[in-house]
Amino acid sequence: MDTLALKKNANEIRKGIITAVHSAKSGHPGGSLSAADILTYLYFEELNIDPKNPKKEDRDRFVLSKGHIAPGFYSTLAQRGFFPVEDLKTLRHTGSYLQGHPDMKHIPGVDMSSGSLGQGGSAAVGMALSAKLDNKDYRVYCLFGDGEIQEGQVWEASMFAGARKLDNLVFIVDNNGLQIDGKIEDVCSPYPIADKFKAFNFHVIEIDAHDFDQIAAAFKEARETKGQPTAIVAKSIKGKGVSFMENQASWHGAAPNDEQYEQAMKDLEEIGKSL
Amino acid sequence: MAEVKKIATRESYGNALAELGKDYPDLVVLDADLAAATKTGIFKKAFPDRHIDCGIAECNMVGIAAGLATTGKIPFVSSFAMFAAGRAFEQVRNSVGYPKLNVKIGATHAGISVGEDGASHQCLEDLALMRTIPGMVVMNPSDDVEAKAAVKAALDHVGPVYIRFGRLAVPVINDKPDYKFEIGKGVVLREGKDVTLVATGLEVSETLEAAEKLAADGIDAKVINIHTIKPLDEDLIVAAAKETGKVVTVEEHSVIGGLGSAVCDCLSEKAPTKVLKIGVNDTFGESGPAVELIKKYGLDAEGIYNKVKAFV
Repeated sequence: MDTLALKKNANEIRKGIITAVHSAKSGHPGGSLSAADILTYLYFEELNIDPKNPKKEDRDRFVLSKGHIAPGFYSTLAQRGFFPVEDLKTLRHTGSYLQGHPDMKHIPGVDMSSGSLGQGGSAAVGMALSAKLDNKDYRVYCLFGDGEIQEGQVWEASMFAGARKLDNLVFIVDNNGLQIDGKIEDVCSPYPIADKFKAFNFHVIEIDAHDFDQIAAAFKEARETKGQPTAIVAKSIKGKGVSFMENQASWHGAAPNDEQYEQAMKDLEEIGKSL
Repeated sequence: MAEVKKIATRESYGNALAELGKDYPDLVVLDADLAAATKTGIFKKAFPDRHIDCGIAECNMVGIAAGLATTGKIPFVSSFAMFAAGRAFEQVRNSVGYPKLNVKIGATHAGISVGEDGASHQCLEDLALMRTIPGMVVMNPSDDVEAKAAVKAALDHVGPVYIRFGRLAVPVINDKPDYKFEIGKGVVLREGKDVTLVATGLEVSETLEAAEKLAADGIDAKVINIHTIKPLDEDLIVAAAKETGKVVTVEEHSVIGGLGSAVCDCLSEKAPTKVLKIGVNDTFGESGPAVELIKKYGLDAEGIYNKVKAFV
Protein backbone atom coordinates (compact mmCIF):
# COMPACT_ATOMS: atom_id res chain seq x y z
CA MET A 1 0.00 0.00 0.00
CA ASP A 2 1.46 3.38 -0.99
CA THR A 3 1.89 6.27 1.42
CA LEU A 4 -1.10 8.18 0.06
CA ALA A 5 -3.39 5.20 0.63
CA LEU A 6 -2.00 4.77 4.15
CA LYS A 7 -2.64 8.46 4.86
CA LYS A 8 -6.20 8.17 3.60
CA ASN A 9 -6.83 5.12 5.77
CA ALA A 10 -5.34 6.87 8.79
CA ASN A 11 -7.63 9.84 8.20
CA GLU A 12 -10.68 7.57 7.99
CA ILE A 13 -9.53 5.87 11.19
CA ARG A 14 -9.32 9.28 12.87
CA LYS A 15 -12.88 10.03 11.77
CA GLY A 16 -13.95 6.72 13.29
CA ILE A 17 -12.25 7.67 16.57
CA ILE A 18 -14.13 10.98 16.77
CA THR A 19 -17.42 9.32 15.80
CA ALA A 20 -17.01 6.57 18.40
CA VAL A 21 -15.97 8.83 21.26
CA HIS A 22 -18.71 11.37 20.43
CA SER A 23 -21.30 8.61 20.41
CA ALA A 24 -19.99 7.17 23.69
CA LYS A 25 -19.88 10.62 25.31
CA SER A 26 -16.63 9.43 26.92
CA GLY A 27 -13.38 7.72 25.98
CA HIS A 28 -9.86 8.64 25.00
CA PRO A 29 -9.44 10.58 21.75
CA GLY A 30 -6.04 12.23 22.39
CA GLY A 31 -3.88 9.10 22.49
CA SER A 32 -6.03 7.38 19.87
CA LEU A 33 -5.30 10.18 17.42
CA SER A 34 -1.57 10.24 18.25
CA ALA A 35 -1.25 6.50 17.59
CA ALA A 36 -3.50 6.38 14.50
CA ASP A 37 -0.68 6.36 11.95
CA ILE A 38 1.24 3.60 13.73
CA LEU A 39 -1.95 1.54 14.02
CA THR A 40 -2.69 2.13 10.34
CA TYR A 41 0.73 0.95 9.28
CA LEU A 42 0.57 -2.11 11.52
CA TYR A 43 -2.85 -3.25 10.29
CA PHE A 44 -2.58 -2.30 6.62
CA GLU A 45 1.04 -3.16 6.00
CA GLU A 46 3.05 -4.83 8.72
CA LEU A 47 0.98 -7.50 10.43
CA ASN A 48 0.34 -10.92 8.92
CA ILE A 49 -3.35 -11.09 9.79
CA ASP A 50 -6.63 -12.02 8.13
CA PRO A 51 -9.80 -10.10 9.04
CA LYS A 52 -11.85 -13.05 7.79
CA ASN A 53 -9.97 -15.41 10.09
CA PRO A 54 -9.02 -13.35 13.14
CA LYS A 55 -7.76 -16.40 15.06
CA LYS A 56 -5.53 -17.65 12.24
CA GLU A 57 -3.01 -19.78 14.07
CA ASP A 58 0.29 -18.33 12.98
CA ARG A 59 -0.86 -14.74 12.68
CA ASP A 60 1.27 -11.92 13.97
CA ARG A 61 0.00 -10.70 17.33
CA PHE A 62 -0.71 -7.17 18.47
CA VAL A 63 -1.25 -6.17 22.09
CA LEU A 64 -2.55 -2.71 22.89
CA SER A 65 -0.98 -2.21 26.28
CA LYS A 66 -2.30 1.36 26.40
CA GLY A 67 -5.78 -0.13 26.30
CA HIS A 68 -7.56 3.17 26.85
CA ILE A 69 -6.99 4.08 23.21
CA ALA A 70 -9.54 1.42 22.33
CA PRO A 71 -11.30 3.92 20.01
CA GLY A 72 -8.13 4.07 17.88
CA PHE A 73 -7.73 0.30 17.97
CA TYR A 74 -11.38 -0.45 17.17
CA SER A 75 -11.51 2.13 14.40
CA THR A 76 -8.43 0.51 12.84
CA LEU A 77 -9.87 -2.99 13.13
CA ALA A 78 -13.17 -1.82 11.63
CA GLN A 79 -11.42 0.00 8.78
CA ARG A 80 -9.42 -3.17 8.11
CA GLY A 81 -12.62 -5.25 7.94
CA PHE A 82 -12.70 -7.13 11.25
CA PHE A 83 -16.17 -5.75 12.00
CA PRO A 84 -18.53 -3.11 10.56
CA VAL A 85 -17.45 0.55 10.82
CA GLU A 86 -21.05 1.41 11.86
CA ASP A 87 -20.52 -0.56 15.07
CA LEU A 88 -18.05 2.08 16.28
CA LYS A 89 -21.08 4.12 17.31
CA THR A 90 -21.89 1.46 19.92
CA LEU A 91 -18.59 2.05 21.75
CA ARG A 92 -19.06 1.93 25.54
CA HIS A 93 -22.82 1.46 25.20
CA THR A 94 -24.49 -1.08 27.48
CA GLY A 95 -24.59 -4.45 25.74
CA SER A 96 -22.11 -3.52 23.01
CA TYR A 97 -19.19 -5.83 22.32
CA LEU A 98 -17.03 -2.73 21.97
CA GLN A 99 -16.10 -2.41 25.63
CA GLY A 100 -14.37 0.69 26.99
CA HIS A 101 -11.09 -1.21 26.98
CA PRO A 102 -10.13 -4.10 24.66
CA ASP A 103 -11.89 -7.39 25.44
CA MET A 104 -10.42 -10.38 23.61
CA LYS A 105 -13.40 -12.58 24.46
CA HIS A 106 -15.82 -10.56 22.35
CA ILE A 107 -13.98 -8.41 19.82
CA PRO A 108 -12.69 -9.95 16.57
CA GLY A 109 -9.01 -9.17 16.08
CA VAL A 110 -8.19 -8.43 19.71
CA ASP A 111 -5.41 -10.79 20.79
CA MET A 112 -5.29 -9.73 24.44
CA SER A 113 -7.60 -7.95 26.83
CA SER A 114 -5.94 -4.86 28.22
CA GLY A 115 -6.56 -1.57 29.93
CA SER A 116 -4.85 -1.85 33.27
CA LEU A 117 -1.64 -0.08 32.33
CA GLY A 118 1.67 -1.88 32.22
CA GLN A 119 0.27 -5.37 31.75
CA GLY A 120 0.19 -5.74 27.97
CA GLY A 121 3.96 -5.98 27.59
CA SER A 122 4.13 -9.11 29.72
CA ALA A 123 1.40 -10.79 27.68
CA ALA A 124 3.22 -9.84 24.47
CA VAL A 125 6.40 -11.34 25.90
CA GLY A 126 4.48 -14.56 26.64
CA MET A 127 3.26 -14.71 23.04
CA ALA A 128 6.75 -14.09 21.68
CA LEU A 129 8.20 -16.70 24.04
CA SER A 130 5.61 -19.23 22.87
CA ALA A 131 6.67 -18.67 19.25
CA LYS A 132 10.28 -19.30 20.24
CA LEU A 133 9.39 -22.46 22.18
CA ASP A 134 7.56 -23.86 19.15
CA ASN A 135 9.96 -22.55 16.49
CA LYS A 136 7.21 -20.53 14.87
CA ASP A 137 7.97 -17.38 12.94
CA TYR A 138 5.07 -15.12 13.87
CA ARG A 139 5.95 -11.76 15.36
CA VAL A 140 4.50 -9.86 18.28
CA TYR A 141 3.94 -6.11 18.57
CA CYS A 142 2.96 -4.17 21.65
CA LEU A 143 2.01 -0.49 21.88
CA PHE A 144 2.59 1.46 25.09
CA GLY A 145 1.84 5.00 26.11
CA ASP A 146 4.75 7.16 27.25
CA GLY A 147 3.03 7.83 30.56
CA GLU A 148 2.31 4.11 30.83
CA ILE A 149 6.00 3.23 31.00
CA GLN A 150 5.99 4.70 34.50
CA GLU A 151 4.50 1.32 35.45
CA GLY A 152 7.25 -0.95 36.78
CA GLN A 153 5.84 -4.04 35.12
CA VAL A 154 6.83 -2.61 31.72
CA TRP A 155 10.45 -2.86 32.81
CA GLU A 156 10.02 -6.33 34.28
CA ALA A 157 8.75 -7.40 30.85
CA SER A 158 11.55 -5.51 29.10
CA MET A 159 14.22 -7.13 31.30
CA PHE A 160 12.84 -10.57 30.46
CA ALA A 161 12.54 -9.80 26.73
CA GLY A 162 16.10 -8.49 26.58
CA ALA A 163 17.51 -11.35 28.63
CA ARG A 164 15.73 -13.94 26.46
CA LYS A 165 16.77 -12.15 23.24
CA LEU A 166 13.19 -12.13 21.91
CA ASP A 167 13.92 -10.76 18.46
CA ASN A 168 10.37 -11.56 17.33
CA LEU A 169 9.08 -8.85 19.68
CA VAL A 170 8.61 -5.13 19.03
CA PHE A 171 7.69 -2.66 21.76
CA ILE A 172 6.39 0.67 20.47
CA VAL A 173 6.10 3.75 22.68
CA ASP A 174 3.62 6.40 21.56
CA ASN A 175 5.61 9.37 22.82
CA ASN A 176 3.03 12.14 22.72
CA GLY A 177 4.49 13.74 25.83
CA LEU A 178 1.25 14.16 27.74
CA GLN A 179 -0.57 12.19 30.40
CA ILE A 180 -3.71 12.94 32.40
CA ASP A 181 -2.01 15.19 34.94
CA GLY A 182 0.11 17.09 32.40
CA LYS A 183 3.48 16.77 30.66
CA ILE A 184 5.13 13.43 31.32
CA GLU A 185 8.35 15.14 32.37
CA ASP A 186 6.47 17.23 34.92
CA VAL A 187 4.45 14.34 36.38
CA CYS A 188 7.25 11.76 36.74
CA SER A 189 9.67 11.87 33.85
CA PRO A 190 10.31 8.59 32.05
CA TYR A 191 13.04 10.27 29.95
CA PRO A 192 15.43 9.29 28.52
CA ILE A 193 13.20 6.61 27.03
CA ALA A 194 15.55 5.32 24.32
CA ASP A 195 18.44 4.92 26.76
CA LYS A 196 16.26 2.97 29.15
CA PHE A 197 15.32 0.40 26.50
CA LYS A 198 18.96 0.22 25.35
CA ALA A 199 19.94 -0.59 28.93
CA PHE A 200 17.45 -3.46 28.85
CA ASN A 201 19.21 -4.87 25.76
CA PHE A 202 16.73 -3.63 23.17
CA HIS A 203 17.61 -2.40 19.71
CA VAL A 204 16.13 1.09 19.79
CA ILE A 205 14.80 3.15 16.87
CA GLU A 206 13.52 6.69 17.27
CA ILE A 207 11.04 8.00 14.69
CA ASP A 208 8.39 10.58 13.91
CA ALA A 209 5.11 8.75 14.59
CA HIS A 210 3.34 10.61 11.76
CA ASP A 211 5.86 9.93 8.98
CA PHE A 212 4.94 6.73 7.14
CA ASP A 213 8.37 6.41 5.52
CA GLN A 214 10.02 6.46 8.94
CA ILE A 215 7.42 4.05 10.33
CA ALA A 216 8.00 1.62 7.44
CA ALA A 217 11.76 1.83 7.79
CA ALA A 218 11.59 1.22 11.55
CA PHE A 219 9.46 -1.92 11.25
CA LYS A 220 11.73 -3.21 8.48
CA GLU A 221 14.76 -2.61 10.69
CA ALA A 222 13.02 -4.40 13.55
CA ARG A 223 12.36 -7.44 11.34
CA GLU A 224 16.02 -7.52 10.35
CA THR A 225 17.28 -7.20 13.92
CA LYS A 226 18.44 -10.55 15.29
CA GLY A 227 19.32 -11.53 18.83
CA GLN A 228 17.48 -8.75 20.62
CA PRO A 229 13.99 -7.24 20.80
CA THR A 230 13.31 -3.86 19.23
CA ALA A 231 11.84 -0.76 20.84
CA ILE A 232 10.44 1.95 18.58
CA VAL A 233 10.12 5.28 20.34
CA ALA A 234 7.65 7.20 18.19
CA LYS A 235 7.48 10.96 18.81
CA SER A 236 3.87 11.93 18.26
CA ILE A 237 1.34 14.72 18.67
CA LYS A 238 -1.47 14.00 21.09
CA GLY A 239 -4.80 14.72 19.38
CA LYS A 240 -3.10 14.73 15.93
CA GLY A 241 -5.43 15.82 13.13
CA VAL A 242 -8.03 17.67 15.18
CA SER A 243 -6.98 21.31 15.54
CA PHE A 244 -8.32 22.00 19.01
CA MET A 245 -7.23 18.66 20.45
CA GLU A 246 -3.58 18.79 19.41
CA ASN A 247 -1.09 18.88 22.29
CA GLN A 248 -3.82 19.28 24.89
CA ALA A 249 -3.65 16.96 27.92
CA SER A 250 -7.30 17.80 28.58
CA TRP A 251 -8.27 15.73 25.51
CA HIS A 252 -6.69 12.61 26.98
CA GLY A 253 -9.99 11.29 28.22
CA ALA A 254 -12.80 13.59 27.16
CA ALA A 255 -15.45 13.36 24.45
CA PRO A 256 -16.34 16.19 22.08
CA ASN A 257 -19.79 17.74 22.39
CA ASP A 258 -21.95 18.09 19.27
CA GLU A 259 -20.37 21.37 18.24
CA GLN A 260 -16.83 20.10 18.85
CA TYR A 261 -17.71 16.92 16.97
CA GLU A 262 -18.74 18.95 13.90
CA GLN A 263 -15.52 20.96 14.06
CA ALA A 264 -13.36 17.85 14.48
CA MET A 265 -14.99 16.09 11.54
CA LYS A 266 -14.57 19.25 9.45
CA ASP A 267 -10.87 19.34 10.29
CA LEU A 268 -10.49 15.72 9.21
CA GLU A 269 -12.57 16.24 6.04
CA GLU A 270 -10.20 19.03 5.08
CA ILE A 271 -7.15 16.90 5.75
CA GLY A 272 -8.76 14.22 3.59
CA LYS A 273 -9.31 16.64 0.73
CA SER A 274 -5.73 17.88 0.92
CA LEU A 275 -4.31 14.39 0.46
CA MET B 1 0.44 -48.22 64.95
CA ALA B 2 2.49 -47.79 61.79
CA GLU B 3 4.15 -44.42 61.25
CA VAL B 4 1.92 -42.20 59.04
CA LYS B 5 3.58 -41.10 55.81
CA LYS B 6 4.06 -37.33 55.65
CA ILE B 7 4.67 -35.27 52.50
CA ALA B 8 4.46 -31.51 51.91
CA THR B 9 1.95 -30.70 49.18
CA ARG B 10 4.51 -28.43 47.45
CA GLU B 11 6.51 -31.63 46.90
CA SER B 12 3.40 -33.26 45.44
CA TYR B 13 3.03 -30.25 43.12
CA GLY B 14 6.54 -30.62 41.70
CA ASN B 15 6.17 -34.37 41.35
CA ALA B 16 2.77 -34.11 39.66
CA LEU B 17 4.06 -31.57 37.13
CA ALA B 18 7.02 -33.81 36.28
CA GLU B 19 4.75 -36.85 35.93
CA LEU B 20 2.23 -35.04 33.72
CA GLY B 21 4.81 -33.27 31.55
CA LYS B 22 5.15 -36.20 29.17
CA ASP B 23 1.44 -36.56 28.42
CA TYR B 24 0.81 -32.82 28.18
CA PRO B 25 3.28 -31.33 25.70
CA ASP B 26 1.67 -27.87 26.06
CA LEU B 27 2.30 -27.82 29.80
CA VAL B 28 4.89 -25.16 30.66
CA VAL B 29 5.99 -24.14 34.14
CA LEU B 30 6.92 -20.62 35.20
CA ASP B 31 8.71 -19.75 38.39
CA ALA B 32 10.08 -16.59 39.97
CA ASP B 33 13.44 -17.64 41.39
CA LEU B 34 11.90 -20.10 43.82
CA ALA B 35 12.11 -23.36 41.87
CA ALA B 36 13.90 -25.11 44.73
CA ALA B 37 11.23 -24.05 47.23
CA THR B 38 8.11 -24.41 45.09
CA LYS B 39 9.52 -27.74 43.88
CA THR B 40 9.05 -26.89 40.21
CA GLY B 41 12.75 -27.73 40.08
CA ILE B 42 11.60 -31.36 39.81
CA PHE B 43 9.82 -30.48 36.55
CA LYS B 44 12.81 -28.43 35.39
CA LYS B 45 15.05 -31.48 35.71
CA ALA B 46 12.73 -33.52 33.48
CA PHE B 47 11.76 -30.76 31.02
CA PRO B 48 14.37 -28.00 31.13
CA ASP B 49 13.09 -26.31 27.96
CA ARG B 50 9.57 -25.99 29.33
CA HIS B 51 10.57 -24.49 32.66
CA ILE B 52 10.79 -20.72 32.46
CA ASP B 53 12.42 -18.86 35.30
CA CYS B 54 11.12 -15.30 35.13
CA GLY B 55 13.33 -14.00 37.89
CA ILE B 56 11.95 -12.11 40.86
CA ALA B 57 9.10 -10.44 39.00
CA GLU B 58 5.81 -12.14 39.80
CA CYS B 59 3.50 -9.61 38.13
CA ASN B 60 5.40 -10.00 34.86
CA MET B 61 5.37 -13.78 35.29
CA VAL B 62 1.57 -13.84 35.51
CA GLY B 63 1.35 -11.65 32.40
CA ILE B 64 3.77 -13.89 30.48
CA ALA B 65 1.62 -16.87 31.45
CA ALA B 66 -1.43 -15.06 30.09
CA GLY B 67 0.37 -14.44 26.78
CA LEU B 68 1.49 -18.08 26.61
CA ALA B 69 -2.08 -19.23 27.26
CA THR B 70 -3.42 -17.16 24.34
CA THR B 71 -1.24 -19.30 22.06
CA GLY B 72 -2.47 -22.64 23.44
CA LYS B 73 0.13 -23.34 26.10
CA ILE B 74 -1.03 -24.46 29.56
CA PRO B 75 1.16 -22.47 31.93
CA PHE B 76 1.54 -23.25 35.62
CA VAL B 77 2.68 -20.11 37.40
CA SER B 78 4.54 -20.86 40.60
CA SER B 79 5.50 -18.76 43.56
CA PHE B 80 4.69 -18.38 47.23
CA ALA B 81 0.99 -17.68 47.84
CA MET B 82 1.90 -14.25 49.20
CA PHE B 83 3.33 -13.20 45.84
CA ALA B 84 1.21 -15.25 43.42
CA ALA B 85 -2.14 -14.25 44.90
CA GLY B 86 -1.10 -11.19 46.89
CA ARG B 87 1.47 -9.19 44.95
CA ALA B 88 0.17 -10.21 41.53
CA PHE B 89 -3.53 -10.07 42.42
CA GLU B 90 -4.38 -7.41 39.87
CA GLN B 91 -2.49 -9.22 37.12
CA VAL B 92 -4.33 -12.43 37.98
CA ARG B 93 -7.62 -10.53 37.92
CA ASN B 94 -7.10 -8.49 34.77
CA SER B 95 -4.63 -10.47 32.63
CA VAL B 96 -5.92 -13.96 33.51
CA GLY B 97 -9.37 -13.83 35.09
CA TYR B 98 -11.07 -11.21 32.94
CA PRO B 99 -10.00 -12.77 29.61
CA LYS B 100 -10.65 -16.22 31.19
CA LEU B 101 -7.29 -17.55 30.08
CA ASN B 102 -6.15 -21.10 30.69
CA VAL B 103 -3.56 -20.24 33.32
CA LYS B 104 -2.96 -22.34 36.44
CA ILE B 105 -1.51 -20.78 39.54
CA GLY B 106 0.40 -23.11 41.83
CA ALA B 107 0.86 -21.19 45.05
CA THR B 108 3.09 -22.78 47.64
CA HIS B 109 4.07 -21.74 51.18
CA ALA B 110 0.55 -20.68 52.11
CA GLY B 111 -0.56 -20.03 55.67
CA ILE B 112 1.29 -19.78 58.97
CA SER B 113 2.90 -23.18 58.37
CA VAL B 114 5.51 -21.28 56.35
CA GLY B 115 7.02 -21.12 59.82
CA GLU B 116 10.23 -19.29 60.60
CA ASP B 117 10.07 -16.78 57.71
CA GLY B 118 7.28 -15.05 59.59
CA ALA B 119 4.31 -12.85 58.84
CA SER B 120 5.63 -11.16 55.68
CA HIS B 121 5.62 -14.55 53.94
CA GLN B 122 2.62 -16.19 55.63
CA CYS B 123 -0.25 -15.56 53.26
CA LEU B 124 -3.59 -15.78 55.07
CA GLU B 125 -5.62 -13.94 52.44
CA ASP B 126 -5.11 -15.88 49.20
CA LEU B 127 -8.33 -17.91 49.27
CA ALA B 128 -10.31 -14.74 49.93
CA LEU B 129 -8.62 -12.86 47.09
CA MET B 130 -8.83 -15.63 44.55
CA ARG B 131 -12.44 -16.57 45.17
CA THR B 132 -13.62 -13.05 44.34
CA ILE B 133 -12.42 -13.44 40.73
CA PRO B 134 -15.26 -14.57 38.45
CA GLY B 135 -14.58 -17.95 36.85
CA MET B 136 -11.58 -18.76 39.04
CA VAL B 137 -11.47 -22.30 40.42
CA VAL B 138 -9.88 -22.28 43.89
CA MET B 139 -8.47 -25.48 45.36
CA ASN B 140 -6.71 -26.29 48.61
CA PRO B 141 -5.73 -29.98 48.72
CA SER B 142 -5.25 -31.74 52.03
CA ASP B 143 -2.44 -34.19 51.29
CA ASP B 144 -0.11 -35.67 48.71
CA VAL B 145 -2.76 -37.80 46.99
CA GLU B 146 -5.21 -34.93 46.74
CA ALA B 147 -2.58 -32.39 45.67
CA LYS B 148 -1.49 -34.56 42.74
CA ALA B 149 -5.12 -35.17 41.78
CA ALA B 150 -5.79 -31.43 41.94
CA VAL B 151 -2.90 -30.67 39.57
CA LYS B 152 -4.21 -33.22 37.08
CA ALA B 153 -7.77 -31.86 37.41
CA ALA B 154 -6.49 -28.31 36.89
CA LEU B 155 -4.73 -29.40 33.71
CA ASP B 156 -7.89 -30.96 32.35
CA HIS B 157 -10.08 -28.00 33.32
CA VAL B 158 -10.16 -25.23 30.72
CA GLY B 159 -9.90 -21.87 32.46
CA PRO B 160 -8.07 -20.22 35.33
CA VAL B 161 -7.31 -22.28 38.42
CA TYR B 162 -5.64 -21.40 41.72
CA ILE B 163 -4.18 -24.23 43.82
CA ARG B 164 -2.80 -23.68 47.30
CA PHE B 165 0.07 -25.86 48.51
CA GLY B 166 1.91 -26.00 51.81
CA ARG B 167 5.52 -26.08 52.94
CA LEU B 168 5.00 -28.37 55.93
CA ALA B 169 4.95 -32.16 55.52
CA VAL B 170 1.42 -33.36 56.26
CA PRO B 171 -0.01 -36.86 56.80
CA VAL B 172 -1.25 -38.79 53.77
CA ILE B 173 -4.94 -39.43 54.49
CA ASN B 174 -6.44 -40.09 51.05
CA ASP B 175 -4.43 -43.15 49.98
CA LYS B 176 -7.50 -45.31 49.56
CA PRO B 177 -8.20 -47.42 46.46
CA ASP B 178 -11.64 -45.84 45.96
CA TYR B 179 -10.40 -42.24 46.29
CA LYS B 180 -11.81 -40.02 43.56
CA PHE B 181 -11.15 -36.33 42.98
CA GLU B 182 -13.64 -34.09 41.29
CA ILE B 183 -13.41 -30.30 41.17
CA GLY B 184 -16.18 -28.82 43.31
CA LYS B 185 -17.07 -32.06 45.11
CA GLY B 186 -16.52 -32.23 48.85
CA VAL B 187 -15.63 -35.50 50.53
CA VAL B 188 -17.33 -36.86 53.65
CA LEU B 189 -14.54 -38.42 55.70
CA ARG B 190 -16.54 -39.23 58.83
CA GLU B 191 -20.24 -39.47 59.50
CA GLY B 192 -21.72 -37.83 62.60
CA LYS B 193 -24.97 -36.33 63.85
CA ASP B 194 -24.07 -33.67 66.43
CA VAL B 195 -22.01 -31.17 64.43
CA THR B 196 -20.44 -30.83 60.98
CA LEU B 197 -16.76 -29.96 60.78
CA VAL B 198 -15.85 -28.55 57.36
CA ALA B 199 -12.09 -28.43 56.85
CA THR B 200 -9.68 -27.62 54.05
CA GLY B 201 -5.99 -28.12 53.30
CA LEU B 202 -3.71 -29.26 56.09
CA GLU B 203 -6.51 -28.67 58.60
CA VAL B 204 -8.33 -31.77 57.30
CA SER B 205 -6.06 -34.21 59.11
CA GLU B 206 -6.07 -32.05 62.28
CA THR B 207 -9.87 -31.93 62.15
CA LEU B 208 -10.16 -35.71 61.75
CA GLU B 209 -8.02 -36.10 64.84
CA ALA B 210 -10.16 -33.56 66.69
CA ALA B 211 -13.29 -35.53 65.71
CA GLU B 212 -11.81 -38.64 67.34
CA LYS B 213 -11.21 -36.71 70.57
CA LEU B 214 -14.77 -35.35 70.45
CA ALA B 215 -16.09 -38.89 69.94
CA ALA B 216 -14.36 -39.94 73.16
CA ASP B 217 -16.45 -37.25 74.89
CA GLY B 218 -19.64 -38.48 73.24
CA ILE B 219 -19.79 -35.78 70.56
CA ASP B 220 -20.45 -37.31 67.17
CA ALA B 221 -18.91 -35.04 64.53
CA LYS B 222 -19.35 -35.32 60.78
CA VAL B 223 -16.16 -34.31 58.91
CA ILE B 224 -16.18 -32.92 55.39
CA ASN B 225 -13.05 -32.23 53.37
CA ILE B 226 -13.59 -29.25 51.09
CA HIS B 227 -10.66 -29.32 48.65
CA THR B 228 -12.43 -26.91 46.29
CA ILE B 229 -13.35 -23.59 47.86
CA LYS B 230 -14.80 -22.40 44.57
CA PRO B 231 -17.04 -23.70 43.18
CA LEU B 232 -18.17 -24.75 46.64
CA ASP B 233 -20.06 -28.04 47.08
CA GLU B 234 -23.15 -26.22 48.36
CA ASP B 235 -25.46 -29.22 48.19
CA LEU B 236 -23.22 -31.24 50.48
CA ILE B 237 -22.81 -28.38 52.97
CA VAL B 238 -26.51 -27.51 53.06
CA ALA B 239 -27.47 -31.17 53.58
CA ALA B 240 -24.90 -31.56 56.37
CA ALA B 241 -26.05 -28.33 58.06
CA LYS B 242 -29.67 -29.52 58.01
CA GLU B 243 -28.61 -32.92 59.30
CA THR B 244 -26.44 -31.76 62.23
CA GLY B 245 -27.79 -28.26 62.93
CA LYS B 246 -24.35 -26.84 63.71
CA VAL B 247 -21.36 -26.18 61.46
CA VAL B 248 -17.70 -25.47 62.19
CA THR B 249 -15.22 -24.44 59.48
CA VAL B 250 -11.49 -25.01 59.87
CA GLU B 251 -8.80 -23.44 57.73
CA GLU B 252 -5.22 -22.22 57.90
CA HIS B 253 -6.33 -18.84 56.56
CA SER B 254 -7.86 -15.64 57.85
CA VAL B 255 -11.39 -16.15 59.16
CA ILE B 256 -12.27 -13.30 56.81
CA GLY B 257 -13.00 -14.31 53.23
CA GLY B 258 -11.87 -17.93 53.05
CA LEU B 259 -13.60 -21.27 53.57
CA GLY B 260 -15.54 -20.01 56.60
CA SER B 261 -16.91 -17.07 54.70
CA ALA B 262 -17.73 -19.20 51.66
CA VAL B 263 -19.67 -21.64 53.87
CA CYS B 264 -21.47 -18.75 55.63
CA ASP B 265 -22.33 -17.13 52.27
CA CYS B 266 -23.95 -20.39 51.23
CA LEU B 267 -25.74 -21.24 54.49
CA SER B 268 -27.06 -17.76 55.23
CA GLU B 269 -28.97 -17.96 51.98
CA LYS B 270 -29.91 -21.62 51.73
CA ALA B 271 -30.04 -23.02 55.27
CA PRO B 272 -29.40 -20.49 58.07
CA THR B 273 -27.28 -22.35 60.59
CA LYS B 274 -25.04 -21.37 63.48
CA VAL B 275 -21.45 -21.45 62.21
CA LEU B 276 -18.18 -21.29 64.14
CA LYS B 277 -15.26 -20.18 61.97
CA ILE B 278 -11.89 -21.53 63.09
CA GLY B 279 -8.90 -19.93 61.38
CA VAL B 280 -6.49 -17.09 61.97
CA ASN B 281 -8.46 -14.39 63.74
CA ASP B 282 -7.79 -11.20 61.80
CA THR B 283 -4.16 -11.03 62.80
CA PHE B 284 -0.77 -11.47 61.11
CA GLY B 285 1.34 -14.54 61.78
CA GLU B 286 4.85 -14.63 63.27
CA SER B 287 8.12 -16.55 63.16
CA GLY B 288 8.45 -19.99 64.70
CA PRO B 289 8.52 -23.67 63.78
CA ALA B 290 5.39 -24.50 61.75
CA VAL B 291 4.05 -27.13 64.12
CA GLU B 292 4.44 -24.79 67.10
CA LEU B 293 2.64 -21.99 65.27
CA ILE B 294 -0.26 -24.23 64.29
CA LYS B 295 -0.61 -25.12 67.97
CA LYS B 296 -0.19 -21.51 69.13
CA TYR B 297 -2.91 -20.28 66.78
CA GLY B 298 -5.28 -23.02 67.91
CA LEU B 299 -5.25 -24.82 64.58
CA ASP B 300 -4.00 -28.19 65.83
CA ALA B 301 -6.35 -31.06 66.76
CA GLU B 302 -6.32 -30.02 70.42
CA GLY B 303 -7.21 -26.40 69.62
CA ILE B 304 -9.99 -27.46 67.26
CA TYR B 305 -11.32 -29.93 69.83
CA ASN B 306 -11.47 -27.26 72.53
CA LYS B 307 -13.29 -24.73 70.34
CA VAL B 308 -15.79 -27.24 68.99
CA LYS B 309 -16.50 -28.53 72.50
CA ALA B 310 -17.27 -25.02 73.71
CA PHE B 311 -19.40 -24.39 70.62
CA VAL B 312 -21.64 -27.47 70.85
